[in-house]
Amino acid sequence: MNEAVCNDDYLANMLKTWSEPSTSTLPWLDQLRSEAVDCVNALKMPTTRDEEWRFTDISPLIKLPFQVAKEPSQLKIKDIDHFFLGEAKIRMVFVDGQYSPQLSCITHDNDIIVGNLSALISCHSSEIATHLGQYTDFKNNVFAALNTSYLHDGALILVPHNKSVTAPIHLLFISTQKEVTSYSRCLIIAESSSNVTVIEDYVALQEVTYVTNSVTEISIADNAQVNHIRIQRESDQAFHIADCTASLAQGSQYKSTSVALGARISRYDLNVKLADEGAECSINGLALIKGQQLADTHTFIDHIKPNGCSQQLHKCIVDDTAHAVFNGKIMVRPKAQCTNSTQSSRNLLLSGKAQVDTKPQLEIFADDVKCAHGATVGQLDNEEIFYLRSRGLSEITARNLLTYAFGAEILERIPVISLRHQLEQTVLKQTQRN
Amino acid sequence: MIDKDSKTLLEIRDLHATVNNIEVLKGINLTIKSGEIHAIMGVNGSGKSTLTKVLAGHSAYIVTAGSVMFEGKDLFELEPEERARAGIFLAFQYPIEIPGVANNQFLRLAYNTVQAQRGKEELDPLEFDDFVRDKMKLLEMNPEFLDRSVNEGFSGGEKKRNEILQMALLEPRISILDETDSGLDIDALRIVANGVNQIANKENAIILVTHYQRLLDYIVPDYVHVMESGRIIKTGGKELALALETRGYEWVSAENRTAEGVVS
Repeated sequence: MNEAVCNDDYLANMLKTWSEPSTSTLPWLDQLRSEAVDCVNALKMPTTRDEEWRFTDISPLIKLPFQVAKEPSQLKIKDIDHFFLGEAKIRMVFVDGQYSPQLSCITHDNDIIVGNLSALISCHSSEIATHLGQYTDFKNNVFAALNTSYLHDGALILVPHNKSVTAPIHLLFISTQKEVTSYSRCLIIAESSSNVTVIEDYVALQEVTYVTNSVTEISIADNAQVNHIRIQRESDQAFHIADCTASLAQGSQYKSTSVALGARISRYDLNVKLADEGAECSINGLALIKGQQLADTHTFIDHIKPNGCSQQLHKCIVDDTAHAVFNGKIMVRPKAQCTNSTQSSRNLLLSGKAQVDTKPQLEIFADDVKCAHGATVGQLDNEEIFYLRSRGLSEITARNLLTYAFGAEILERIPVISLRHQLEQTVLKQTQRN
Repeated sequence: MIDKDSKTLLEIRDLHATVNNIEVLKGINLTIKSGEIHAIMGVNGSGKSTLTKVLAGHSAYIVTAGSVMFEGKDLFELEPEERARAGIFLAFQYPIEIPGVANNQFLRLAYNTVQAQRGKEELDPLEFDDFVRDKMKLLEMNPEFLDRSVNEGFSGGEKKRNEILQMALLEPRISILDETDSGLDIDALRIVANGVNQIANKENAIILVTHYQRLLDYIVPDYVHVMESGRIIKTGGKELALALETRGYEWVSAENRTAEGVVS
């Protein structure tokens, strides 16, 4: 059945190396992959005629039907240790999509289950089957469907009931080769009343062209808390297409801070489902781009049940001829009474040719809700500049400080100090003029 | 304090200024000597705030005539930052919030910039921390305000204290306090006033822009000026503020009209 002709050359090419898994020890997994392949065959590559892709022309990707890396790169710790974070006790490293046990560091002093998905899937089959592929909407998202078709290695984090993991867990996805597609996958399961901080970090060793296709699924059970930090610092020539879905149960909390710095074209879809009462999320994003980069962030916060709370701040700093896109949809469904939701999109243009398209989208079907949203696009505020100059700072210093601060407001929300300092340096470097 | 031998810091002569092409200042004359405290009072729209912005160098306010000499130099030759470094300080009526910049980072940057300009020693973060904490005691400020973003989420009173803290750090020759008392409860007013009094000395001067006599119970002015329609229409001692408090502004205005009538 998977031999059906794909209606899209690019997608057909992408499925060329796909083969029916030989082992059938996990029929549910084979079925999941097959379903995903069917979806790829049924779906089309999006174009700018699709509402969800209106501002992001991904047609350049069609010319790059890269396959998965055949040979993993032989990396040593010293090649990549500058990416390591002192605070993280657990580190999983993926090289061009493949898990590298040698470069990873997994301590077992916790009850948590953490490791490579493909290695742990047999012994934790039932827990994983309940969640894997259950949140991401791959039936309507061709990239998530491709990712699921090729599902193999990935990061699995399962935090048991009542368990608090104090040190952050670092998931490091390293691209080393040109002209390959890496399928990155994360599954984070936070059982009731547990607490975990996860850093999803995409980096490159070379400024070359490759594709990252990433899918992350996060299940947050009753009263659990997940702090999710996502750093996209790919090569400036790379394509990064990512989908993350978080499902929040009663009284649970999800904090997300995503930073997009790299990639020629990047697209991040973040879907947060407040699936039960009293769930809370705080969604913060920063895109800092220059040159010809395009960074597109689509978020969908779905209030399904009463007493939910969502707070969102998304910022873009755009230089040269770069182009930032933000589409922030907030849905308040009929049962989601007493929802409290705020959304703010703030955009700073550093050059006359920089472009931002921002689209806050509020859909409210409940009558007792508190929702506020706003968007601004522009240059630095003259009153702020004057305030700083009146304290002795030169105009250029004032401008540099305010531009830096514009981005730093998001970085401040990253609870991992060493990572925050790394990013502050990046923002500093990219915002300072002489 | 008034001392006839003290030197002139600021000399404003026939100052006219416009904002959005509307003339707001219509001939201000004011001389300020070191050691003096001047209060400028007047109804809303009389031009008080405009005067403060013109002195600090805000680009939206255009000087159309007149002159201001600061310690013998033409003030209008200087950019806002040069004025600040030379010793002009404006405490804002509405201090600006700067999310993403820690207050201690901002305060140190401003302090070191001004210090460097004056050929004095700059402080590293640790040295500065001790120094600024000491100054904060003057204003009974909680040191946690150092780690927060500049003015972000500060209450009205906290913002005003942060302004006076900057004044204490930058040691200006002339401080212009634009409605520093607005939005302060009586305890905060007392603390802020106490801070200002400790900074005031015979080498510097202070201009207080205010609506209310209340502030002047704590910071006693040597001169009280009443502004109306972009001019100073009456100058007196501290007792003038008390008279305004009980009688309002109308009588000053009427007196002024009569005086002008006599002239013309």
